[in-house]
Amino acid sequence: MEFFRIRRDIPFMRHALVFNIVSLLTFLAAVFFLVTRGLHLSIEFTGGTVIEVQYAQPANIEHVRGVVEGMNFGEVQVQNFGTSRDVLIRLPLRGDVKQAEVVDRVFAELCKAENGSLGKKQAASKPGESGERQACTTAAGAEPVQLQRSEFVGPQVGRELAEDGAKALAFVVIGIMVYLAFRFEWKFSVAAIVANLHDVIIILGFFAFFQWEFSLTVLAAVLAVLGYSVNESVVIFDRIREAFRKYRKMNTMEVIDHAITSTMSRTVITHGSTQMMVLSMLLFGGPTLHHFALALTIGILFGIYSSVFVAAAIAMWLGVKRDDLVSTSRKDHDPSDPNAGAVV
Amino acid sequence: MNRYPKWMYTLLAIALLIGLVYTLPNFFGEAPAMQISSARSTLKVDDALLGRVEDALRKAEVKADFVRIEGESIRTRFPDTDTQIKARDVVSAALNPDAANHDYTVALNLVSRFPQPGPSTPAVVHFFWPKPMYLGLDLRGGVHILMQVDMRAVATKRAESLSSDLRALLRDKNIRSAGVSRVGDTVEAKFRDAETLNRALALAQDQVPDLQWATAGEGTDLKLTGTLREASLRDTQQQALKQNITTIGNRINALGVSEPVIQQQGLDRIVLQLPGVQDPAKVTEILGRTATLEMRMVDDSAEAQAALAGTGPVPFGAERYVERGGRALIVKRQVIITGDNLNNAQAGFDQNHQPAVDLSVDAKGSRVVRDVSRENVGKRMAILLFEKGKGEVVTAPVIRSELGSRFQISGAMTSVEAADTALLLRSGSLAAPVEIIEQRVVGPSLGADNIAKGFNSVLYGFAAIALFMCAYYLLFGAFSTVALAVNLLLLAALLSMLQATLTLPGMAAIALTLGMAIDANVLINERVREELRNGAAPQTAIHSGYERAWATILDSNVTTLIAGIALLAFGSGPVRGFAVVHCLGILTSMFSAVLFSRGLVNLWYGSKKKLQKVSIGQVWKPRGEAVAPVGQ
Repeated sequence: MEFFRIRRDIPFMRHALVFNIVSLLTFLAAVFFLVTRGLHLSIEFTGGTVIEVQYAQPANIEHVRGVVEGMNFGEVQVQNFGTSRDVLIRLPLRGDVKQAEVVDRVFAELCKAENGSLGKKQAASKPGESGERQACTTAAGAEPVQLQRSEFVGPQVGRELAEDGAKALAFVVIGIMVYLAFRFEWKFSVAAIVANLHDVIIILGFFAFFQWEFSLTVLAAVLAVLGYSVNESVVIFDRIREAFRKYRKMNTMEVIDHAITSTMSRTVITHGSTQMMVLSMLLFGGPTLHHFALALTIGILFGIYSSVFVAAAIAMWLGVKRDDLVSTSRKDHDPSDPNAGAVV
Repeated sequence: MNRYPKWMYTLLAIALLIGLVYTLPNFFGEAPAMQISSARSTLKVDDALLGRVEDALRKAEVKADFVRIEGESIRTRFPDTDTQIKARDVVSAALNPDAANHDYTVALNLVSRFPQPGPSTPAVVHFFWPKPMYLGLDLRGGVHILMQVDMRAVATKRAESLSSDLRALLRDKNIRSAGVSRVGDTVEAKFRDAETLNRALALAQDQVPDLQWATAGEGTDLKLTGTLREASLRDTQQQALKQNITTIGNRINALGVSEPVIQQQGLDRIVLQLPGVQDPAKVTEILGRTATLEMRMVDDSAEAQAALAGTGPVPFGAERYVERGGRALIVKRQVIITGDNLNNAQAGFDQNHQPAVDLSVDAKGSRVVRDVSRENVGKRMAILLFEKGKGEVVTAPVIRSELGSRFQISGAMTSVEAADTALLLRSGSLAAPVEIIEQRVVGPSLGADNIAKGFNSVLYGFAAIALFMCAYYLLFGAFSTVALAVNLLLLAALLSMLQATLTLPGMAAIALTLGMAIDANVLINERVREELRNGAAPQTAIHSGYERAWATILDSNVTTLIAGIALLAFGSGPVRGFAVVHCLGILTSMFSAVLFSRGLVNLWYGSKKKLQKVSIGQVWKPRGEAVAPVGQ
């Protein structure tokens, strides 16, 4: 098999302006949604309580919401999680309520609504382990509702996590810029980071538009994607450098076109492979990994676009020249270098 | 040109072997086990208890794989769950005759079936012995609690104790002050004349170096102010945190959790992870439980002696308590001081270099102790520890002389006993109050569910990539797939070796890392094809394909690694789990994708001198002709 049979270099750079305008529009739309709608931050950032319960029968969301709202915890969110039997309840932070007790109180109330009574039940994750858990049982001995997971995050933790996230992003951006400037040239480093930061904003824009939950795991995905799509720019820049050395007659635009065309096959196959993995996570990873995989998918798609069409174009407009890169190759043939081979 | 030297193949083989050995424990599964730990801080797990457990099992003819002491508990392993449950009933009955009041916790749990080195093998062997991966709470269920230690309270308490030290010092040296008090976190002493102030300042600087001393005021309104030095404050807080960790550790031990994690996080936080525990209320109850310490006089009147001998009733105003070690004592009801007055208890040595326990009490306590001890020289004073409403005498030393704010318990104890006693005296309450600022509970079925989801994601993603690679690059694709499998193996081995916590985001990172790692092989294979397309001979094409792809692979991995390290440095919780795997995965992928796949290619093609065709799929040539399928 061979997917790509390209006879001549494709003149990508001729349309560079169009690509960048498309990119700019998407970027502006993302910023617009981020500003107007804002991110739907998970309780890891905002502080609060999350309770996941599983009903024996498909859950009546309205009923559950009514029960929890009756407890006066402020603005609560009740929604299905994964299946129709799983329900996720989010409660905001309240200064006057002891947070560690919230979970117990809510579960007790939910249990009462199902005509059950609370008690302890032997609960082993696997046969052979001992453990006890809160269980809600009816008079008939059935368990109408089960506590699957609960999470409480205090306000100070949330604030720190948000700060740490911002620090991590700054570290990645600076680290990558320094590395690329050192390995290639500052123009490439600026081009790559502009192109890939706009990917990050676009991912965030998607999360703002659809109001998907932005959690710590999604943040990890965003940063991983940032590192990953910079790869793409690096591969193309590597080729640009090589083409500058090899084809002395080509001008900058042709060199860039050649570099993009010759890495085309690799770009599509690599991203296709990574996307297969991500798709597998999207299909089999369950609700916990759902948004993680979504962030990666968006990141990978826009990563290709921005690396191929945006980064190279920005580098071109910044005025990349043969001399910027090929000077390093002269050093390779420095006759005084003891490691260089004999020069005839 | 495409040949590795022998040592290179050996190196690859060794890496593969180590990978296999360290991944192996993950396939062994878990066996039912039992863990016996002390439910009271005054009871220790020792060889005598081990003997009792072994006896009980032998009598009931229950066969255990092993019974041994590990850390603070006795661990056993059984071939099946029936034996395990029978063993629990037998041991529980033997160790806890009083069912309502447990001395020991007997808990069921699971341990790896992988053979373990015996307890007598050196620590190095234990350290390097292969272990299964350490699963995070989201994969196995359990309780995670993050606690914030109230460091302001620690500083206040320290200032309080130092102010009482100063007061005692001034009194000892006959320096008349107009009052010593704690104001916020500082110590303030008032004086009426400059000469006294200077004497006090000299004394304070010499004897209480933990505080930074300064003078203020004029005329008859003079003030000596002491502020805690930065280093001293840090020390005090560090110590308080350590003591809290020890105390919480002791209390948690009573739960019988198989692998509890109690760690310091940052400067003022404690993380508590209890795998398998489902009931956070029980944990918070244990954390909030305050064991109280009381000092009372021992009643040695004739009636009391009679009561001890069993010939008379316990006298009025006294109670009967059991001393650690089993002997009974009659103790007066009147409390001299409580644990609140005790500032510190440390193991040390007396003037004869015999092990001793040094105690220091606060100003209020020292006044009472001084008065009581003066009147009771030669009599015994009992120190009682109340836990869950039940009291026990920790120690009952004889008062030799009048006691002050610092005194010593010495005589007839080993240094281990001294350390134990000091620990018990300190365990009265937490050194500083804690507040729960984060709590996560993951149910058991959810954990198992998460493992399956993470595993399936990796499995199907890997299968899809493998199929595609083999179809698109034929034999080179197969080599790439093998290299990717080796990457997975090495990653699993590294995770098991380092005992890094594997979480669901960590499993996602495994999938993602594999998806990204294939990039290196795609780069190489595309390069080799390109060389072939440009008319290079097969051997040259392979060689320069690998050579040229290397620089690109390195560059792209470094940028990914930068992102990984940022996550590792700034991330916490789920992000950290992701970052660890991500970073390790990048390192193993560089090794496997470049060195290992090259090794395979070299082994296959390297020896063929007149190689005509390479099985790397179709190589299309732009001239139009010579589009021949290659590789048959």
